Amino acid sequence: MFMRAGKVCVARFGPGEAAVLNEVMLEVITLLSEGFDRADPVIERLFPDVYRDDAVLSAELRRYTEDDLRSAKLEQAAMLLDGLPVEGGEVALDEEQAEAWLRALTDVRLTLGMRLGIVDDDVDVEAELDDAILRDPTSRPVGQLSVYQYLTYLQESLVGALMG
Amino acid sequence: MAAPQVLPIEETHVEVDEVPQTDRPWVTVVWNDPVNLQSYVTWVFQKLFGYSKEKAEKLMLDVHMKGKAIVTSGVRERMEYDASRLQAHGLWATVDKS
Repeated sequence: MFMRAGKVCVARFGPGEAAVLNEVMLEVITLLSEGFDRADPVIERLFPDVYRDDAVLSAELRRYTEDDLRSAKLEQAAMLLDGLPVEGGEVALDEEQAEAWLRALTDVRLTLGMRLGIVDDDVDVEAELDDAILRDPTSRPVGQLSVYQYLTYLQESLVGALMG
Repeated sequence: MAAPQVLPIEETHVEVDEVPQTDRPWVTVVWNDPVNLQSYVTWVFQKLFGYSKEKAEKLMLDVHMKGKAIVTSGVRERMEYDASRLQAHGLWATVDKS
């Protein structure tokens, strides 16, 4: 988890943590590039209609804004991957890097959250994880919920370290 | 920060309420979502709009409790720009008439 050390935010990543973060970030990059599909609810969430009740106007505006928004999201994802040691180790982020990491972690959590059905405030991730572990600790939902939970704590710690 | 400007007495009769609504005809709205962290949303409002921690927290709580909050108002192009910056930060932002 991140802590403030002078002007930088520092965290130590174990090999497993680095591998997981690397993997989910690459999934987001795929989603934003070759896997880009407007019909995917995740894309709809990452690029919502600017005019809630006007799909035509939203689509028109999107023609001018989508490329920039997509590039920005790819760039922040790349910045996170650049700063992450593949085998694990210490990460020290200056303000600009920390902000890019925060935005990238948001995209990852939104993506995972959508896939896991975390669509309203009534979903209690902690309770869902407990239930899933009781049913089968080795199941895929346990893995995904654990990753989501880990990313939540990681992002929370980085906001705290940045705002220090 | 610039020092507060003191208006000549004869001009102070212009009240805020008298500013025509047409000067701020559009608004940027942020909607609640279950993923974004409260601390992160507060940070985004401070970062993008230069709001104080108190104001940013109040808006964040409005989003969380009431489901949405108006975060900026003004001309349409500016609101579209604000919405795109909020979306770049992963917030669910839209533009509407005020």
